[in-house]
Amino acid sequence: MKAHAQRLIAARLGLALLTLLLVSAIVFGVTGLLPGDAAQQALGQAATPEAVAALRHQFGLDQPALQRYGEWLFHIVTGNFGTSMSNNLPVSELIATRLPNSLVLAGLTAVVSVPIALLIGITSAMFRGSLLDRVLNVLTLSTVAVPEFLVATIAVLIFAVKLRWLPALSYLSEVNSFGALLRIYAMPVMTLCCVIVAQMARMTRAAVLDQLNSSYVEMAILKGASPVRVVLRHVLPNTVGPIANAVALSLSYLFGGVVIVESIFNYPGLASLMVDAVTNRDMPLVQGCVMVFCAAYLALVLIADLCQIVSNPRLRR
Amino acid sequence: MISRPTHPPVPHAGTELYDASRDEAVAEAPVVDTSPVRLNALQRLVQRFSVLGLLGLLIVLFWLLVAFVGPLVAPYKGGALTSTEIFGRYSAAYPLGTDYLGRDMLSRILYGARYTVGLALAAAMLASTIGTFFGLLAAVSGRWVDEVLSRLFDALISIPSKVLALVVIAAFGSSIPMLTTVAALAYIPGAFRISRSLALNLMGLEYVQVARARGEGLLYIARVEVLPNMIHPMLADFGLRFVFIVLLLSGLSFLGLGVQPPNADWGSLVRENIGGLSEGAPAVLMPAVAIATLTIGMNLLIDNLRRRSRSHGDA
Repeated sequence: MKAHAQRLIAARLGLALLTLLLVSAIVFGVTGLLPGDAAQQALGQAATPEAVAALRHQFGLDQPALQRYGEWLFHIVTGNFGTSMSNNLPVSELIATRLPNSLVLAGLTAVVSVPIALLIGITSAMFRGSLLDRVLNVLTLSTVAVPEFLVATIAVLIFAVKLRWLPALSYLSEVNSFGALLRIYAMPVMTLCCVIVAQMARMTRAAVLDQLNSSYVEMAILKGASPVRVVLRHVLPNTVGPIANAVALSLSYLFGGVVIVESIFNYPGLASLMVDAVTNRDMPLVQGCVMVFCAAYLALVLIADLCQIVSNPRLRR
Repeated sequence: MISRPTHPPVPHAGTELYDASRDEAVAEAPVVDTSPVRLNALQRLVQRFSVLGLLGLLIVLFWLLVAFVGPLVAPYKGGALTSTEIFGRYSAAYPLGTDYLGRDMLSRILYGARYTVGLALAAAMLASTIGTFFGLLAAVSGRWVDEVLSRLFDALISIPSKVLALVVIAAFGSSIPMLTTVAALAYIPGAFRISRSLALNLMGLEYVQVARARGEGLLYIARVEVLPNMIHPMLADFGLRFVFIVLLLSGLSFLGLGVQPPNADWGSLVRENIGGLSEGAPAVLMPAVAIATLTIGMNLLIDNLRRRSRSHGDA
């Protein structure tokens, strides 16, 4: 059976790599092939044909598409993302300076949101159908549907403008104490949490309820176990896998959320780097950021999958 | 035989979020029409909806109406500079205040509804139609067509929708047709996945097997036996796509990469007037509130539809 689990994990790993390869093809297709002649665009309409041809050769645009894709992919695999068009710095260097900031933001968000979400999800599953459950349902349903920038705007309005507790923008250079760290991260983390907690809580609730409907729970209830005991002793151990899955999947939502949140708070992370790159149409930088985003996303989904496999005792033995 | 997928699809928070609650049928008393008295249409409508569901329906209908007639009832023309006061407060002449140039905010929002609601409606329709088509195709034609389509859409779903939108906008610039396309593109995989799994389930049912045994062609089976039974869940899914697309497009506009000036959807209105945030101007709050009511209303409506249809099926 252990061999079976290993095979399953290997298959998932292979699948993730295949997906990443397809993603890279899509990204290269959209950014490298479809928009037309980058050399012509760079030089403008008035350029002589000779100048365009020379630049095309310099960019390698006169090569066949498949070969260009192959070279691009090879460079990316070896960690060479090319040079940024707007400031001539290597893309990998730009990403390396921004990535840790984004990871800190995501990590803090995870640390704050997971306990809250689990608490909400498990409580509402335990008291399903009650007033509390319904109120929580409407609350989470509404929070999922609210755009991040509304949450962020309201947070700024309350905490930075009215109460003047927190700064409206995140300047990381001013971090020199734990208090300053808290003040700077409070609002971005709060905004991201709002959306993620709702999502995670709904999925957790569903995972717990899924178990509550099974026959062993009925048995435990018939035996006379209290509802709290049923949930804590009987149900929770069986939901570790699905809940871990739900948590990892909800965290993957961060990749969309940070795009808005980093821009609003002017947070120097990877997502704001990418938004700037898009505004400047800096293609190599866009490609690099997207590939990092997608790889991270796939890694999280893979972790979600693995949690499911590893926590299944039938596959572990 | 029906070909089953060999790999489970890449899970995705967006699509799993709402499939999740399978319990309500147990938790809630099923709606059974016990009274022999004939109800009039209004009573039946009220019976099908919970209070919150009805609220959601009303909000959604309201914004749809506004999207169609908004510019006709707007007190001022869309871009007209009407007031000398910027970031004005609520007043009789300008019910929702004025924006950063002194334009009437109510009119701006009424005009913007056309972009926010209209674009999202078009994109959601595209996404649902194309997704359903390919999902049906994959489920009906089986093995390798299914495999290829599933892999392709899995790759597409692995690019977070905002990131995908940014890539496409970086490559092609931001125009109304491009925004519609990219929003549709981002949400086709979700629609594909749901319609495919619905269709696969239906393909396993007896009446489809009977149709196969009768020797009916795949096209006939897809059109007559499978598709009509998918319509209802796909409509609820359409509502979800709509919500996600509204959030995506207004997010893009908020970043300045969506609808371009002088046109403005509600996301761009928030962005334009962000300078008024420090004064708590209605100009920055109202468009954001408009988006939130639209999406929350739609969510309440769908949640209601799902519960009622589920408990109806059980009854």
